[in-house]
Amino acid sequence: MVHISEAGAKKINEICDRYTNERTPLMMILSDIQTEYGYIPLEVQEIVSQRTGISVAEIFGVVTFYSFFSLKPKGKYVIGCCLGTACYVKGAQRVIDKFSDMLGIKPGETTSDGMFTLDALRCIGACGIAPAVSINGKVYPKMTPEKVPEVIREYALKEGLAQ
Amino acid sequence: MIRNFEELNAQSCTCTEALKAKLDGSNGKRAVVLCGGTGCLSSNSADILHRFEQLIEEKGLSDKVTVNQVGCFGYCSQGPFVKIYPEDTLYRMVRIEDVDEIVESDLLGGKIVERLLYVDPATGEKVVKQDEINFYKKQHRIALAASGIINPENFEEALGFGAFKGLQKALTMTPQEVIDEILASGLRGRGGGGFPTGKKWQFAHNSPGDEKYVVCNGDEGDPGAFMDRSIFEGNPLAVIEGMMIAGYAIGAHEGYFYIRAEYPVAVERLKIAIAQAKEAGMLGKNILDTGFDFDVHIRLGAGAFVCGEETALLNSIEGKRGQPRPRPPFPAVKGLWQKPTIVNNVETLASVPYILREGAGAFNKYGTEKSKGTKVFALGGKINNVGLVEIPMGTTLRELIYDIGGGIPGGKKFKAIQTGGPSGGCLTEEFLDEPIDFDTLVSKGSMMGSGGAIVMDEDNCMVDVARFYLDFICDESCGKCTPCRIGTKRMLEILTRITEGNGTMHDLDELEELAGIVKTNSLCALGQTSANPVVSTLKHFREEYISHIVDRNCPAKVCKNLMQYHIVRTKCVGCGMCAKQCPAGAIFRTDYIAPGKKLPAMEIDASKCVKCGACQAGCKFHAIEKV
Repeated sequence: MVHISEAGAKKINEICDRYTNERTPLMMILSDIQTEYGYIPLEVQEIVSQRTGISVAEIFGVVTFYSFFSLKPKGKYVIGCCLGTACYVKGAQRVIDKFSDMLGIKPGETTSDGMFTLDALRCIGACGIAPAVSINGKVYPKMTPEKVPEVIREYALKEGLAQ
Repeated sequence: MIRNFEELNAQSCTCTEALKAKLDGSNGKRAVVLCGGTGCLSSNSADILHRFEQLIEEKGLSDKVTVNQVGCFGYCSQGPFVKIYPEDTLYRMVRIEDVDEIVESDLLGGKIVERLLYVDPATGEKVVKQDEINFYKKQHRIALAASGIINPENFEEALGFGAFKGLQKALTMTPQEVIDEILASGLRGRGGGGFPTGKKWQFAHNSPGDEKYVVCNGDEGDPGAFMDRSIFEGNPLAVIEGMMIAGYAIGAHEGYFYIRAEYPVAVERLKIAIAQAKEAGMLGKNILDTGFDFDVHIRLGAGAFVCGEETALLNSIEGKRGQPRPRPPFPAVKGLWQKPTIVNNVETLASVPYILREGAGAFNKYGTEKSKGTKVFALGGKINNVGLVEIPMGTTLRELIYDIGGGIPGGKKFKAIQTGGPSGGCLTEEFLDEPIDFDTLVSKGSMMGSGGAIVMDEDNCMVDVARFYLDFICDESCGKCTPCRIGTKRMLEILTRITEGNGTMHDLDELEELAGIVKTNSLCALGQTSANPVVSTLKHFREEYISHIVDRNCPAKVCKNLMQYHIVRTKCVGCGMCAKQCPAGAIFRTDYIAPGKKLPAMEIDASKCVKCGACQAGCKFHAIEKV
């Protein structure tokens, strides 16, 4: 169970109210919640349901359909490894395998300290710099398994987890 | 505000002259432009831009030099690009450290920085101007015409490049005349299907009702295709204008852009362009005093490939799961909120203003009998010149790969070109002289798709490539219809089995049978085309499948279960670096000393090896091979 504070509930209602002029606002509401909170647990879906009149079943159906919406919190840093074709034929699988090995998580999972989430991305259109990895929007071009430790270290240093 | 035709003419005229003066230097200034596409931005082009601004200010050049970003140059593997007008000097692979030298030598001293020029790999000669580079010589740019020239966030530059002149022309015609012009141009949908755009418009035009919609499909999901992103990033107003013309033609007053959330730069630039158009009165009520009303909205995708299918996309805009609807009724009859709707691809809409402005003849003079105009391709994979190219339909694959793409890197052998993404197929060497158009590609077992073109060389395993696409499709299947949901899963299981060395010859028959079932029975194009990568690789690379099954061998040495790392004793100097790199402790020292070597050679214990390849990457003596 996730406990939603009163202030949290108020904020969710505010997000719902942003789109009262829209005919079918559900996707936009969910996008905003995902961006601002990092995930959309069932309890939040219930609040959205009460506000918009859309059934929880329908909202749950939409949340679980799209890969951008998540029922669980994501890590502070979301490591997105592009596995589009251009990246794949240039060895992206070996790059994501290396991240997976080093962090001890499979794609889609989050480290137990909540620091890193590893995601396999569909093509991000950065084929000119394949294989590409995107971490919270910062793009790392021409990745190799050998560069992975260095990249992880960059964030570990930032968080004081390494020296 | 642009209130009527006269004001648009006057503003266009002023802006055209200003843009011309910027490019030919007749305004007394030099102009530095930088690529601001996603590829170059991730190679630091924003910081480079900032450094230019800083130095130009410091050196007191602010009155003499302007600097701004432009859309994608297309030649992504050579980015970031910096171009200097009026000389037309193109610098490539510019790093932030190079900015000082460009400012000192070129902007202050008038001397070109030779080391940053493009070098023709064939002749070894340095090339100064963009048009003289082979990559650009065979291109004809319509959809990408403004990319790399105008500042995509500057409304005046877009006007100077002809923005809204197509709309102006359309508004002087009847909707039916506009549709006839598009029909005459021969424009076909650039998103994959290749359906004649004019026909689609005609259906929606003929559908009764006041409430109709135009939807721009910017859910560019095909892995390896990024032309739509680039068009939004390079000239967003052209897409807006195309949508408005479509709206006028079918009688719609509202349009929706559906864009992938993975394209933040494109979304941002589109938002800016919409705001500018609204401010100028080019969106809203009574546009150009003609009584035509039009407004647009943006909807972001949420990471579902199937939403590129038009009916799934409409469901997504309606706030539902992105699952396709059965057709008929087609969207032109019952689309968004059950109202007549046309769904057009970004590149299609970006071509529309040109057709209206220049006339159908200016478009259909390019191309083949049934595929007119130009098409943008995203060249990627094992090719020297990775990037976006816009070529006339009918250009051959050989010209695309060798003349424009510069061939395969590292002297490797061409194996296949994959077009059309997960819906397309692989074409081999024997097809290289075929013209690229909608119908030829389909007849050869592939398709145009949205224009992704991934080149593969001898190091790519075609069974693994087929498995890769099936894995993608299986993951992205929406689950609504059984043949796609279960059929792709079963095919993926078989392919995985084969790549792991556990396949049987019977599996090949099963694959072919399943492929046929999924193709004929799936609800939407995602399922109907999902087997194409399997069918085409089975047809052209059957011996590779057989090799995996019968010989338990992956000829390209990609499938981990079917290959091993091996240390060549005569090359090994016994330095032990490989053993240090090995995460599994699988490498040990033998007591064999090769003639002429001082230390005993290393060896890999195959039972412990995890095949990560770290040893090979760490060996400076190239003594480790895949067998």
